[in-house]
Amino acid sequence: MVVRRRPQRGHRFAESPVLQLALQGWRSRTVGLLLMLAFAALVGRSFYLQVINNDFLQEKGESRYRRDIEVSASRGKITDRNGDMLAVSTPMKSIWAIPGDARTMTGEQKKQLATLLDMSTRDLDTRIAPDKTFVFVKRQVPPETADRIAALKLPGVHQEKEYRRYYPTGDMTAHIVGFTGVDDKGLEGVELAFQPSLIGRHGSRTVIRDRRGNIIEDIGALKPPQDGKDVRLALDSKIQYLAYSQLKAAVAEHKAKAGGVIVFDVQNGEVLALANWPTYNPNNRENLSGAQLRNRAFTDTFEPGSTLKPFTAALAMETGKFRPETVINCAPGRLTIGNATISDAHPHGALTVAQVIEKSSNVGVSKMALTLPSKEMWEMFGAVGFGQLPQLGFPGEVTGRVRPWKNWRPIEQATMSYGHGISVSLIQLARAYTVFARDGDLIPLSLVKTDQKSVRGMQVFSPKTARDMRAMLEMAAGPEGTAPKARVPGYRVGGKTGTAHKLEGGRYANKYVSAFVGFAPVSNPRLVVAVMIDEPSAGQHYGGAVAAPVFSQIMGGSLRTLGVPPDEPLQVADAAAGKGRL
Amino acid sequence: MVRFNMLLLLIVVVCALGAVTSQHRARKLFQALEGEQERVRQLDIEYGQLQLELSTWATHPRIEKIARDRLHMVTPDMVGRVVDKPAAKPKKGGH
Repeated sequence: MVVRRRPQRGHRFAESPVLQLALQGWRSRTVGLLLMLAFAALVGRSFYLQVINNDFLQEKGESRYRRDIEVSASRGKITDRNGDMLAVSTPMKSIWAIPGDARTMTGEQKKQLATLLDMSTRDLDTRIAPDKTFVFVKRQVPPETADRIAALKLPGVHQEKEYRRYYPTGDMTAHIVGFTGVDDKGLEGVELAFQPSLIGRHGSRTVIRDRRGNIIEDIGALKPPQDGKDVRLALDSKIQYLAYSQLKAAVAEHKAKAGGVIVFDVQNGEVLALANWPTYNPNNRENLSGAQLRNRAFTDTFEPGSTLKPFTAALAMETGKFRPETVINCAPGRLTIGNATISDAHPHGALTVAQVIEKSSNVGVSKMALTLPSKEMWEMFGAVGFGQLPQLGFPGEVTGRVRPWKNWRPIEQATMSYGHGISVSLIQLARAYTVFARDGDLIPLSLVKTDQKSVRGMQVFSPKTARDMRAMLEMAAGPEGTAPKARVPGYRVGGKTGTAHKLEGGRYANKYVSAFVGFAPVSNPRLVVAVMIDEPSAGQHYGGAVAAPVFSQIMGGSLRTLGVPPDEPLQVADAAAGKGRL
Repeated sequence: MVRFNMLLLLIVVVCALGAVTSQHRARKLFQALEGEQERVRQLDIEYGQLQLELSTWATHPRIEKIARDRLHMVTPDMVGRVVDKPAAKPKKGGH
């Protein structure tokens, strides 16, 4: 310390010069001021942290007791029109493990876990062998089993909630309903088509937990979970079962490769049943093949054969050149155009237009078609939906094939008039028949329940043509027609058979597609039913013998289910005879 | 003055205790609510499972099998049917 001495003075013994040394006053003041400044800085800083900018510390503090938890939402149900379940989600648990921790399990614990999970100890060991931080031990474990596993308190074994989709109706509705993957995402059918509305959106909430893990307070933003919306299909499970079981029986009886059935309501276009064979069980999808998965009614096209004749005939009548009673000479059952010959299955003589449809004469229809301009015929095919997407929003819908009219040759125009050289899907074919079942207009179909009593469509033919064609189609399903087996006791039905050769590698093979499309009751049509049997190989292949009986069964059962009043008196059923039996 | 201050102090203490008690009771009630909500979720899940079970038991193939095999029911043939015409005139379709 540097001390400046005052100038030397004489001093007395009693006083020490050292004691006279003094610090200068500004020094202590400076130190005092610095201390005050430091203190002020501290006060300022704490004021800043506590009052002005307190968010950060607040958040740090809250994070010690605040927890964000996820609130799970479930996927919407799919039901039929009466509310019967077709697809339901139910919660399951997935068991996962941190392999490093899980390997510390004792042999006894491993054995217990393996038994509960219904797997061998060796499988369990291979599961937890890899050096990862996360492995699924088993997914979709029933909640009861999961609770018992949780009670074992195994090291490194954890659980997570997930959902499993069940399909109570199984293979019966597999194609229309489709299925979801393990992560609850729609993969096929309605599950895929309506994925955006079916899917549930998980919510979240921020809560305070106490020491025991109980939630004691909600704080902050609450995001409620949004359960997926239920989808109510137009399907009627009774009619669906009927269609499915009849189709299955027919495919087995005729040793066919595949088949499809569609039933829909003529008044509002609701699809009441849609069945395909072969099918699969959506609850157990091991060993699935593409053939089983395909929804043939939507994705497969075929040459419709004679089922297309009414459209050609209706167009011919629409032009005014033909009337139902106009006579066409169909003898001798053959017609040569260029170097190709069209022939009838049974040769006919002179037939009226009505009889051409009734007897399904290729020659008669070809002669009508040759009077029509190609463009008009092409436009009519487009207007009834051939070559167009059905626009049901169903995955895998196809357009079918109608070649542009500009390069039609006369022989092609003739073959197209009876359904060869053109390809359609079953849904297109069935829908096109609404123009005859209704008064000439084409309505859109709907997979979901619409709650509409009736819809208006796009006019294709005049109401008179449609009524005339209804009468002709009733004859075709009559005792003299090609499909007397399509008749339903108590109801007047109309419809058309189709028996088409299949194309294989560009040439017609000796394989057939038998079809029948019809409607009932003729006096005021309510339903259209379309049946398609692919490659019947048990001797019979004509639409009238293979598809028509299926149509009759399904149509009869469906009309009864819907309570449609019969429009034809029953021949035998006397009330008296009936009462004795009931 | 001192007496008045003592009174104020007493009131403050009582209020503080009241706040603590009501907070505690609020948390208790909240826990109860939470428990009930959990029960709602559980019951909802159970309802879904029961619906599933119901529809599994009530599938049409099963009903038909029981009706035919166990109860020996048959579809009546045409002779056995009486058609009851509706008294009101049948509804006209929408077209």
